[in-house]
Amino acid sequence: MMADPAAWNPGLPLIRMRDVIKKFGQTTILDGISLDVMKGQVICIIGPSGAGKSTLLRCINALVPIDSGSILVEGQEVNDPRLDKLALRRKVGMVFQQYNLFPHRTALANIMMAPVHVLKRKRAEVEAQARALMRKVRLDGKEGFYPGELSGGQQQRVAIARSLAMQPDVMLFDEVTAALDPETVKEVLVTIRDLAEEGMTCVIVTHEMGFAREVADEIYFTDRGVVVEHGPPAEFFANCRDERTRQFLSQIL
Amino acid sequence: MSGVRRTDLAVLEPFRPRRAPAGAARNSPLPFTARQGFVLIGALALAVCIGDAEAGPGAPSIPATILKWTPLLAQGFALNIAMSVLAMAIGTVLGLALGLGLISLTRPARALSWLITQFFRNAPWLVLLFYCILLMPFEVRIGGVIVPLPGWAKATAGLALPVMANVAELVRGAVQSIPSGQWEASEALAFTRLQTLRLVILPQCVKRMMPPWMNLYAIVVVATPLTSIVGVSEAMTLTGDVLSSEGRTELLVPMYLYLLTWFFIYCYPIARATVAVERRFAVR
Repeated sequence: MMADPAAWNPGLPLIRMRDVIKKFGQTTILDGISLDVMKGQVICIIGPSGAGKSTLLRCINALVPIDSGSILVEGQEVNDPRLDKLALRRKVGMVFQQYNLFPHRTALANIMMAPVHVLKRKRAEVEAQARALMRKVRLDGKEGFYPGELSGGQQQRVAIARSLAMQPDVMLFDEVTAALDPETVKEVLVTIRDLAEEGMTCVIVTHEMGFAREVADEIYFTDRGVVVEHGPPAEFFANCRDERTRQFLSQIL
Repeated sequence: MSGVRRTDLAVLEPFRPRRAPAGAARNSPLPFTARQGFVLIGALALAVCIGDAEAGPGAPSIPATILKWTPLLAQGFALNIAMSVLAMAIGTVLGLALGLGLISLTRPARALSWLITQFFRNAPWLVLLFYCILLMPFEVRIGGVIVPLPGWAKATAGLALPVMANVAELVRGAVQSIPSGQWEASEALAFTRLQTLRLVILPQCVKRMMPPWMNLYAIVVVATPLTSIVGVSEAMTLTGDVLSSEGRTELLVPMYLYLLTWFFIYCYPIARATVAVERRFAVR
C-alpha cells in the first residue's frame, strides 16, 4: 500500500528504506539497512570506511541497483524494474566527493545544463536562477570561470548549486568535504548548513563529527552494511550503547 | 570504498606513473621532423647534381625539366589532397557512428561494430582499395539520375574505410578515458544516456582525439599514392608518366625525391600542429 505514489503525503517519510541488501559479487555491502527520512529532516550517516555509506546514498537515486528490500522515495518504489529513473533523479539531488563538475563548461553553464536540457525550461529564466544560486553559495563573480580555475571548495559549492538548480526535494551529500583542503572545508559546510536551516531535506554522509552534531536531526552509525544505532545527536554522542560505536567515536573525536 | 582522505605524505598516495611531457615520450616517434626535411632537401640537391653530371651533352638541365613538369605534378598533387580530405571527412563521420556502436549498451550492436572495426582496421589498405575499385560499379543510379563513379572516387571510398575503423577506435578509447564520475554526475542530474554523450562526454573527447586524429590524417595523405596502383591519375602516376615520356634514366631519382618533398612540405605543418595541440591539451 506504500508503493502508491498517489497515497504519499508529506506526513509520511520522504525516504523510507526497509531491509535493503546490496551485494557486489560475494561481498555484502548493505546487509539489511532500514531508515526513515522525514521531509525537512537532516540525517547524517557516519561510520568507518567500507561501511557501505556511499553505496547507501547511491541506492536512493538508483545509481546502484539493490538486490532486495524496499526503498520508497515520496511513496515511489525505487526497487522496481518499471521505475522511471529520470523522474526519480529530478527529485533527488546528489553531490559527490570529487565534485564531478563538467570541466569543459563554465561554472554558470554547469548549473544551467540540467534545467535547460532535462527540465526543458527557458534559458533566460534558468540563467537568472543560476546566477541567484551562485550568489547563494557565495560565488558571485565566478560565473564565467571553468572548474579547473576554481579551488576545491569553490568547485564543490558550484556542484551544490548545480544540484539545487533542479529544485530537488531531497539532497544527498557523499563525503563532500573529504577531498578538500582543511581551510576550504568550512565554506562548504556553511553552505550545507544554510541549506539545512532553510528546510531542505538532506542525507549527509560525513566524517565531520562536529558538523554532524551541529546540523543533524538524526545520526545513523553504520558499520559493515548495517545500521548499528541511531538517534538525535545530543543523545547519540552522549550515551551510545553499542561497543562498535564507542570505539569508532573514540578514534575519531 | 569511501573515506579516502587527501594526504600530504607522498608515501601514502597510490602509485601513479609520472606523466611524460607531451611529445617527449610518445608511443611511436613522430613522423615529419625538421631534420628529416633537411635530409630530404639535401638528398634532392645531391640527386639533381649527380643527375646533371650523368646527363649527356645538350640535354636540358634537370632543374629546368623538373620545373617544366611542376604544373602537371601540382594538378596530380591536388587530387591527392582532395582524396585525403574527402576520405578523412567520410571516414570520420562513419567512424563516429561506428565508435558509438562500440560503446553501445546493446550487445549485438556492440559485437557488430567490433567486427567491422577489427576487419577494416587490420585489413591491408591496398586490399581495401582493390575491393572498392573492383566491386563498386562505374556509375550509380540515384532516383533516375546517373552519377558516374570515377576511379578516384572509388579509391577515396577505399581510403575512407580504414579511416572509419581507426576513428571508431579513437572514439571508443576517448570515451573510456573520461572519468566515471562524469557519467555518475550526469546520471544523478537525470540526463539520458544520449544527452550525457552529447553534452558531457563527447565534447571532452574532442580534445583528447584531436592529436591522434591529425596524425591519422597525415598517414592518409602519405597513403594516397597507393591509388596510383589502381590507376588514379594522382601525383605518383603522373610522375611515372613524365619519366616514361622523358625517357631519361638520370631523372628517376631526382623526380621521385621531388615528389617526396611535396608530401613532406604538406605534412610537416600538420605534424607541427599536432604537437602543438597535444601540448596545449596536456597542460590543463
